[in-house]
Amino acid sequence: MVQLKINNINVEVKEGTSILDAARAAQVNIPTLCKHPDVDPSAGCGLCIVKVGGRIMRSCSTPATEGMEIITDDAELKQIRKTVLKLILSNHPNDCLNCTRSGSCELQDMTAQMGISENEIIKMVPPLPKDETTKCIVLDPAKCIVCGRCVNICQKVQNVWALSYLNRGFSTKITGANDTPLDRSPCIKCGQCAAHCPTGAITDYDNTQKVFDLLSNKEYTTVVQIAPAVRVALGEEFGFDFGENLTGKIYAALRRLGFSKVFDTNFGADLTIIEEASEFVKRFKANDHLPMFTSCCPAWVDYMEKYYPENIPNLSSCKSPHQMVGAVAKTYWAEKAGIDASKIKVVSVMPCTAKKWEIERDETMRSSGYKDVDEVITTRELAKMIKKAGIDFKHLKEEQADNPLGEYSGAATIFGVTGGVMTAALRTAYFYITGSELETLNFHAIEGLDAVKVAEIDINGISVRIAVVNGVGNVGPVMEQINTALAEKKDLPFHFVEVMACPGGCIAGGGQPRVMGATFDKPWGINDEIRKLRSKGLNCEDACAQNRLSHKNESIKKLYDTYLGKPGDEKAHHLLHTKYEKRDLYKA
Amino acid sequence: MSEETSKAAEIADKWRKKRGSLIMALHEIQGIKGYVAWEDAVMLSERMDVPLARIYEVLTFYNFFKLVAPGKAVISVCTGTACYLKGNDKVLEKFKSELKIKEGESTPDGMFHLQCVRCVGCCGLAPVCVVNGKTYGRMTPEQVPEILEEWKKAFKED
Repeated sequence: MVQLKINNINVEVKEGTSILDAARAAQVNIPTLCKHPDVDPSAGCGLCIVKVGGRIMRSCSTPATEGMEIITDDAELKQIRKTVLKLILSNHPNDCLNCTRSGSCELQDMTAQMGISENEIIKMVPPLPKDETTKCIVLDPAKCIVCGRCVNICQKVQNVWALSYLNRGFSTKITGANDTPLDRSPCIKCGQCAAHCPTGAITDYDNTQKVFDLLSNKEYTTVVQIAPAVRVALGEEFGFDFGENLTGKIYAALRRLGFSKVFDTNFGADLTIIEEASEFVKRFKANDHLPMFTSCCPAWVDYMEKYYPENIPNLSSCKSPHQMVGAVAKTYWAEKAGIDASKIKVVSVMPCTAKKWEIERDETMRSSGYKDVDEVITTRELAKMIKKAGIDFKHLKEEQADNPLGEYSGAATIFGVTGGVMTAALRTAYFYITGSELETLNFHAIEGLDAVKVAEIDINGISVRIAVVNGVGNVGPVMEQINTALAEKKDLPFHFVEVMACPGGCIAGGGQPRVMGATFDKPWGINDEIRKLRSKGLNCEDACAQNRLSHKNESIKKLYDTYLGKPGDEKAHHLLHTKYEKRDLYKA
Repeated sequence: MSEETSKAAEIADKWRKKRGSLIMALHEIQGIKGYVAWEDAVMLSERMDVPLARIYEVLTFYNFFKLVAPGKAVISVCTGTACYLKGNDKVLEKFKSELKIKEGESTPDGMFHLQCVRCVGCCGLAPVCVVNGKTYGRMTPEQVPEILEEWKKAFKED
């Protein structure tokens, strides 16, 4: 521990703590636009300057040391910060009225906080084109303040290396290697760059108008589904606490928007578990391409196809839950409802930007003959639609989902949290192998935000080794362990591995709200505290659920009995499974 | 694999084990080819296990590195303080209009490459231009066509 004085207040912090973080311990907020708790300091913005014994230093990248005397705010520092911010603003467009980030923009907030109403510095906004090539995220370099958060996240946290700095000084630009457009780069569309961008430089590829158009087109029956993680985050856009589960209100809002049927991706999650647990049990018994990797996360699938193509046979062939719901809606439900599949449109509300890409992945995503899912919007986009439609979300009465594609178990809802898919799959796999239920349904070793969580589960005397990778950037060492064992024909370290690309899981996905919580420190957006609160929202729903097992979902049982046959059978395989292909890191 | 590319592969293998040696490898490649091509960067990335994005961060950070083949004759116009004050800006304009290219570009026939440099260390001769190592002192815009002719002739004789 080191002791120091910040604005004459005595503070004691752990050695190595930055001055910026140490100041928080003294209830002092030092302004910054580049430092985010998820990334290393880049010392990019220059706003966090403080005086250390009279010398001006950047507090984000200067560690607090014993006996320091620090001033965080005086007339000179105020003046310098103002000039620095004016320089940043001088090459940022005055586009707030039309900008999707308006109201949740850190630059806008900082400008208001510093009271900058005029800027005498000549405006020089470089005329750089937007990169909309991924159709998932939009990179607008004109709005970029080169804080470096996205690059740090993409390279060091996610280990994807799509984004990078090009050139230097005034002409620095965030883009792919040698200015490669993102759709031809290693980008996996996880959207963590968008989740951490302080301005409107990286945002969703907006599909809200397309969805409004579908809703006003009477030729189609447009149905909707929401992912597990959406229900514990959407409320943040309407003044609810972080992690509050608002499933019933969201159903009500979706009906008011005009969707004919409100389904739930959680139904698809239960269906995924039936298929995936069956697949795992079969592969485990036959020692066929183990370990098996989960395949619900499209960003992870994309990563596997690009970075570990030799391990593609290890991926589960199951589609992700929302694709399954789409496929079932356009076949089983279409028949039941007596509607031609060509007249049904499926919209998915997802916490994820990569899902926008997933629906176009390959021809298996059109298993009914039509697209399984027609449009994907993120949680943020749904909030925009609700506001645009004049719906008083806060006071809506709770409603129920439409059956049969609305019923779900507790196992389904935890799909949105790291470790959740594995937990849900083990509950059902245990039943498939032993014929009886687990005594305790939770596996504490694979809960929480650790990078890699491992456990050994005893199923009737057989030991099943599992790993949960929290964030795709942590998958490297696990793959190395596995591939070494495979090459040397040794005992596998794991039989079953869950990977979710976004740290924390879908609850912290690239499409989740980034609003300011009154009780939270800046910077806004995601941090571990919020990850924990949203996870808690889903875990509580599971803990209190009447049914916590996918294989006890009555609507799913009926779906198999009356339509699909057995898990993995021809019909189920055609509708609910996919295939994978090697993809180049860079496309010509 | 072309001869130059296989040479680049050799360079990559030579440096791969040494941490922080990316710049050395890029220097060597540029030394052979005069620039670092996309294929070379991709190969370095694979063989040295350095992400391509990082390689281009380095390549575009340092002005020294070239990403396209420079012309056979590289014309360096000094725009350091002394040369600039002595009128090299007008010499630069003359080169641009004669060659119909901007600084940092090469002529479509690959004959000339035009670049600006900051001080070549002989301010007494200002304004100065250097073509492939040959120094031209006390330059005037009128000399520009003569110099271009001289190099065109030299290449013809090759």
